[in-house]
Amino acid sequence: MFGPLIVKPGTSKNNKTGSWRVELRPQFLQKDCIGCKMCLLVCPEGCIEGTEKNTYHCDYLYCKGCGGCAVICPKQDVVMVKEEAKD
Amino acid sequence: MSEHLFRPGHTACAGCGQALAARIVIDTAGPNTIVANSTGCLEVFSTKYPESAWMVPWIHSLFENSAAVASGIEAALIYLGKKDSTNVIAQGGDGGTADIGLQAISGMWERGHDILYVCYDNEAYMNTGVQRSGLTPFDTNTTTSPVGKQSAGNIRPKKPMPEIANAHGIAYVATSSAGFPQDIQRKVKKALSIKGPKYIQIHVPCPLGWRHESKLALQVAKMAVETGLYPMIEYENGSLAAVRKIQPKPVEEYLKIQGRFKHLLNDPGALKKIQEIADNNIQKYSLRAESAPTN
Amino acid sequence: MKEFLEGSLAVAEIIKLCRPGVVSAYPITPQTHIVEELAKLVADAELDAQFVNVESEHSAASVVLGASATGVRSYTATSSQGLFYMAEVVFNIAGMRLPVIMTCANRAISAPINIWNDQQDSVSLRDSGWIQVYAEDIQETVDLHLLAYRLAEDKSIMLPVMVCMDGFILTHGIETVNMPQQDEVNKFLPSYKPLYKLDTENPLTMGPLADPDYYMEARYAIHQTHKDVLKLIPKITAEFAKVFGRQYQGLIEEYQVKGAERVIVAMGSVCGTVKEVVDELRAKGKKVGLLKIVTYRPLPCQEIYTALKGVPKVAVLDKALSLGSYAPLAAEVKAIFSGKKKTTEVISSFVAGLGGRDITKDSIKEIFRMLNTKEKACEFIDLKPELLKEQL
Repeated sequence: MFGPLIVKPGTSKNNKTGSWRVELRPQFLQKDCIGCKMCLLVCPEGCIEGTEKNTYHCDYLYCKGCGGCAVICPKQDVVMVKEEAKD
Repeated sequence: MSEHLFRPGHTACAGCGQALAARIVIDTAGPNTIVANSTGCLEVFSTKYPESAWMVPWIHSLFENSAAVASGIEAALIYLGKKDSTNVIAQGGDGGTADIGLQAISGMWERGHDILYVCYDNEAYMNTGVQRSGLTPFDTNTTTSPVGKQSAGNIRPKKPMPEIANAHGIAYVATSSAGFPQDIQRKVKKALSIKGPKYIQIHVPCPLGWRHESKLALQVAKMAVETGLYPMIEYENGSLAAVRKIQPKPVEEYLKIQGRFKHLLNDPGALKKIQEIADNNIQKYSLRAESAPTN
Repeated sequence: MKEFLEGSLAVAEIIKLCRPGVVSAYPITPQTHIVEELAKLVADAELDAQFVNVESEHSAASVVLGASATGVRSYTATSSQGLFYMAEVVFNIAGMRLPVIMTCANRAISAPINIWNDQQDSVSLRDSGWIQVYAEDIQETVDLHLLAYRLAEDKSIMLPVMVCMDGFILTHGIETVNMPQQDEVNKFLPSYKPLYKLDTENPLTMGPLADPDYYMEARYAIHQTHKDVLKLIPKITAEFAKVFGRQYQGLIEEYQVKGAERVIVAMGSVCGTVKEVVDELRAKGKKVGLLKIVTYRPLPCQEIYTALKGVPKVAVLDKALSLGSYAPLAAEVKAIFSGKKKTTEVISSFVAGLGGRDITKDSIKEIFRMLNTKEKACEFIDLKPELLKEQL
């Protein structure tokens, strides 16, 4: 007989940490983006994706709203907006 | 996101420097990696049953033995003939590395195992509530080195872990910072290309323990480097091989953006002592850039 | 093949035949010869294993934990202080269901420091979830190690086994041993196929945090698995008998218990001495016997009860003590009889041999003499009152 013992990989996806956001969420303007990838690199959740310029976006199901992406973007192409605002 | 080896859904604080660094480390190491992790924030927030953020084989045993567990994994891989195609990483926080974990790490280095040890240095025992560790800097306010009527915080300097690692004669020792994510990538890649024991110590801000806004994690980490308080250096085969040159900023720039140092801001004597620490680092490692740094 | 050899070397030999891939241990008297011999076997390419010279017992246990988790058969050995230093790893290994085999060369616990034999070390870790077996002589020690790997690696069990051998008495004693041959061992012990392991082809997370919603079931599962161990051991020993010709019941051994009026219950090498005294007294017409406990964890309650329920007077001989309370084995035997309708008249507790004090045939005869209608709560054999002072 075995009880709780090992965990399958990547199952953390079931925990939608986007619910942690209360005040602000990042808005990816996709206007002046130069595709430097810094937002993708610095997100502690790893929930930002993108390929070329102006394609970067985040998965709001997991984003905790820390604001690091907005601070790091060299072109201020990511802004923090109120949580209720629509994209 | 779908290619990350450290997935979202973990329960790290918003803006956690360690989560950021851990993801960069494992993404750089790649899927042919086995990780032995110490007890600590990273372990707790990434593997709460029945959820795990890890996409690679990963094991947690106890607080102080990740280096010994990794040694066993490495020995098993050698026996199976798989070591050449598999990276082994042992990782932990500053507590699990410099204090309770030091013995096991020292043994691992002395035996020469082909393992990369990564220390996520957030300068206190964060997971148990911000108690001081051997890597807590001088005059830091922590819960076991609190500021009080007769105390200005932690009375001891940081334990020189990179030098301790270097004294073991291991092939590669480096410090890095969450403020420089590409530097972490470069150093992990370099380390894993070398056979034998390696040590990388990454300065990772803890918004909760350091008392700063979540979004400023990267700026805070950068400032630690730019004041000279957290030198970014590389030792190769015992000698200092490279450093990140800086145009040194005064230490106040770093101290004033964190609540854990605010008691020092009106104390010129204390500030002078901290500046001395930074100046000593700048001199010891020749951190001062002749001109502006190139990257 | 019959060999005349020291207990430690016999253990190293059987471990070699079991072909572990990783061996890691830290030297501590009286386990040292086992580990030294294994190092020599590796150095002479007689054993193909990674021998990891660690800097402490805590790391030795951690190394075998990591190796076992990677799917490789592993081995360690220790005693006394070393066992206590690795204690948290010991609990960890059982909790993680890794089939590590460890030899515990039983030795007394500090303080005062003492390198000679008693069973306080392994008995103190009886709560850890490990299967614990105790050997009477070197032959049984050898056979128990082989049985241990077979038992531990059974896919329905996956629990570590501690094979306990009395320090110096068995580790440094020399006996004639019927040593199994490699082909026989290969027949009895298949190669290790882990239930799950650290493997880049099939990544898993091992050792997660289990909060109050999940922890209890993990522990319950181990407890239940120990019941399966009780059922499996006699099956495995029956197979063992077919291959090697030596019969073990595996859980207990009844020596002249049938029709006995007085029986001593004991574990380990002292059973050899008790058997000799039983033979002597039986020749004089005294109805005495020995119940030897081979498997201590899981505790074979049913077998012990069935063997002893018709015996009027039972003496439990402990080489360990729960300071401030009862001797461990005695307390457990009493618990077995608690609330039962058919019970013994007397279960008396005797503590002997602490710190390696010799248990002679006279000591055993003394126990049988003291085993009368007056139940003894905790009687110390061969105690020296002249060494006891009221004040320093």
